Amino acid sequence: MTCLTASAPDPVFRQPWHAQIFALTVSLNESGRFTWPDWVSRFSGVLARRGLDRELDGGDDYFNAWLETLELILAEDGAAPQAEVDRLRDDWQRAYLNTPHGASVRLSGL
Amino acid sequence: MPHDDPDHPHALLPPDPALRVKALETILTRKGLIDPAALDEIIDTYQNKIGPQNGAQVVARAWHDPEFRAALLQDATVAVTDLGYFGRQGEHMVVVENTPDLHNMVVCTLCSCYPWPLLGIPPAWYKSDAYRARVVREPRKVLAEFGVTLPEKTAVRVWDSTAEVRYLVIPMQPEGSKNLDLDALAALVTRDSMIGTGLAQEPS
Repeated sequence: MTCLTASAPDPVFRQPWHAQIFALTVSLNESGRFTWPDWVSRFSGVLARRGLDRELDGGDDYFNAWLETLELILAEDGAAPQAEVDRLRDDWQRAYLNTPHGASVRLSGL
Repeated sequence: MPHDDPDHPHALLPPDPALRVKALETILTRKGLIDPAALDEIIDTYQNKIGPQNGAQVVARAWHDPEFRAALLQDATVAVTDLGYFGRQGEHMVVVENTPDLHNMVVCTLCSCYPWPLLGIPPAWYKSDAYRARVVREPRKVLAEFGVTLPEKTAVRVWDSTAEVRYLVIPMQPEGSKNLDLDALAALVTRDSMIGTGLAQEPS
């Protein structure tokens, strides 16, 4: 059983990518890509499915479900097809591995 | 730090989901569907500007001003908008008041709906299955884990938030705080007390 008691104050976002995916989603909602009730409906479906066989935590588990939801929506509406996301993800990985420590990481061609 | 290891001279590789988020950002930015500066502004807002201090001001005023309290209980969205607390995820807010007979708690069993303009972004435990599933089933046990034990005669009511309706709890005003000013009152109001997993602090 997860201990619910909060002793130290939580950071608002535990990982930078939690903040990034949150902001990305809010921004797309505000520009009319999807309504918030639509988002909640899709997201709660993904959470429920992922939580079937184990108890999800409110950190990485929660934001992994968030990311899966956004990827599904954007693949469906054509804004970010899955193959393109996979390719760019690998491009970013390569960029990190090829960038000396301390230098800022950029994709070639950006 | 491990990334200072001369065997790993490259930039520290972020975890897979972080790379996927960067991929989405790159694609959407290239298509003109998002503006990276706007994302930074959203993050800054919720990290630094909007948080439980907003809700605490609302609760302090409700304790201090019976007219405001009545207006808040009647139509919270209008009452808090008049104080300047409005925006994303605050379209329809409902305020519920704790009394000696009734303790209110808030959850979102579907995901993590929460009154952002008043409380900011929910804490990780609010988003966990452990809280979302159990607070409905065994609220007193969950309360005990937060260190709160209520008198037997106090009923517990759990409110389930949705994309349309967000709840804020007005905790009971602590004894001995009647003569405090608004800022001193607000300092007694914790985030958890406005979710119903805590009580307001006693004045020192």
